[in-house]
Amino acid sequence: MSRLSEAFQNKKAFIPFITCGDGGLDLTKKIVKEMVDAGASIIELGIPFSDPTAEGPVIQEANIRALSAGTTTDRIFDMVAELRKEVDVPLVFMTYANVVFSYGTEKFLSRAEEVGMDGIILPDVPFEEKEEFAPACRKHGIDFISLIAPTSKDRIAMIAKEAEGFIYLVSSLGVTGVRSSITTDLSSIVSVIRENTSVPCAVGFGISTPEQAHAMYEIADGAIVGSAIVKLIAAHGENAPKIVGDFVRSMVNP
Amino acid sequence: MSRGRFGVHGGQYIPETLMNAVTELEEAYEHFKADPEFQKELSALLNEYAGRPSRLYYAEKMTRDLTGPKIYLKREDLNHTGSHKINNVLGQALLAKKMGKTRLIAETGAGQHGVATATAAALMDMECVVFMGEEDTKRQALNVYRMRLLGATVIPVKTGTRTLKDAVSEAMREWTTRIEDTHYCLGSVMGPHPFPTIVRDFQAVISKEIREEILQREGRLPNAVLACVGGGSNAIGSFYHCIPDEGVRLIGCEAAGRGIDTFETAATVNTGRIGIFHGMKSYFCQDKYGQIAPVYSISAGLDYPGVGPEHANLHDTGRAEYVPVTDDEAVEAFEYLSRTEGIIPAIESAHAVAHARKIAKEFTKDQIIVITISGRGDKDCAAIARYRGEDINE
Repeated sequence: MSRLSEAFQNKKAFIPFITCGDGGLDLTKKIVKEMVDAGASIIELGIPFSDPTAEGPVIQEANIRALSAGTTTDRIFDMVAELRKEVDVPLVFMTYANVVFSYGTEKFLSRAEEVGMDGIILPDVPFEEKEEFAPACRKHGIDFISLIAPTSKDRIAMIAKEAEGFIYLVSSLGVTGVRSSITTDLSSIVSVIRENTSVPCAVGFGISTPEQAHAMYEIADGAIVGSAIVKLIAAHGENAPKIVGDFVRSMVNP
Repeated sequence: MSRGRFGVHGGQYIPETLMNAVTELEEAYEHFKADPEFQKELSALLNEYAGRPSRLYYAEKMTRDLTGPKIYLKREDLNHTGSHKINNVLGQALLAKKMGKTRLIAETGAGQHGVATATAAALMDMECVVFMGEEDTKRQALNVYRMRLLGATVIPVKTGTRTLKDAVSEAMREWTTRIEDTHYCLGSVMGPHPFPTIVRDFQAVISKEIREEILQREGRLPNAVLACVGGGSNAIGSFYHCIPDEGVRLIGCEAAGRGIDTFETAATVNTGRIGIFHGMKSYFCQDKYGQIAPVYSISAGLDYPGVGPEHANLHDTGRAEYVPVTDDEAVEAFEYLSRTEGIIPAIESAHAVAHARKIAKEFTKDQIIVITISGRGDKDCAAIARYRGEDINE
């Protein structure tokens, strides 16, 4: 079992997201450490992309801030290498196909392995295109995380059967961002997933409150939160680490 | 298994949320493509409503002036709504209607595709929302008004460079939000499969007509076909049926902006490299880390950092050549064609006219070249006047 799947053993996983370099890479490092101290099970590290088509305005703006501050893929690898000396929690990259492809898929994943990454999420790479990246991921022991959406229907079984690490279940239609309520019938999607794989399943998109997170812990194996955290970082800047830590503490399953 | 490849290019690099939508679209398209009733309806729309076939005009004065080959202009500018965009839009809107969709969304750069989509939506009683970069809404204010007049909602996109690429991103985001009743009427031969194929098929009528008419009038095929390339829909339409005719040179004219040795360019094939963006693998203007570059051209319709995957493959195989044309050259050609033939071309199409002027001397008098005039230039008059230092009100 991979380190990512293990993070779900005997508990519900809380998976916070952060855009690397938003407020500078030193701030990213401080925040990740606070997240770990607060009980995060896995951390999702966003590598900024100029045109993130699956993101809502909050994360789009974080991408622009990070890139304007001079964040690059190489600097992020260096930051992760340093971070790895202090934290043991599983780490996954979340970025777009071109960031990996343009760096050189083999070179990117080799470097990811070297700095101690555990998985990668590419929201613009569906099942049909995953062989572009999956062989290099396998070679370097990086789990290629599959996404399942409310519109996946007859595709759920096919995706679940080849899933590794964990499944990222997209809670609702649209892009990332805070939502007041989630109306998708997630339970029935999760039951199809469970018929086809033992790989755990975490729900993301639109989750921002402890109530919503706990509702997801009832239905699935974990909850992923991005925009709500990115908002806190945008609002609090240098003071964000402690505030994000408190937020993560409120979201984890006790 | 990956679908919709042109050599190594193409594919379907999109969020899982959209996968069933594009699969449903592909199945519907395959079904209706083979349906004589659908084809009959589409032909009637193209002929009766859009005014096809478009003229293949012998540009006698330009021919005499350039002392090179016989020059023919494929007059897509004479179509209803003023450009080739209507060919694709009528096809997609009819397809969407048959699929039970009631709402069309679209991106637009210069506004020509947005106007065509708003037109088809009005004709077919569909709701229409057009995404347009805020920068372009200023450059092409007249087209914004036209779209609103036709009943469409125009949403100025304020993210990124506020131009065509951001409008595409925003339309994709909107589609992931509302799929059930909505068809994304993509305007060029780009994006995820099946769009590059669907749009090419609907635009291929251009080369079908060029071939038929030139054979009838000249008894032979042209020596070259020239068209401007942004995403590349009028170019692929102009090339498609000539691809097997090896003697026909296919020349795509890219927007070089202030020059391909500057950062202010949109010449993707000439300055970009292979990447994955907006649903496809193709050539893109990007930095060493794969961040999409802000591109520039005087032409809002060519101001895009990518190119359709079929063009990328035609470049790889050497079947077509892609050449850069600067703002200056395009503006001169805009003025030249207006004065010489009394035809004001769209600034996009003027890029192809400019290159024809440049290469005319490579051809002999008994040779023939065809330039596709993809749209008319009324929309550009104010911008070109400004470029020449004259401030006029639209």
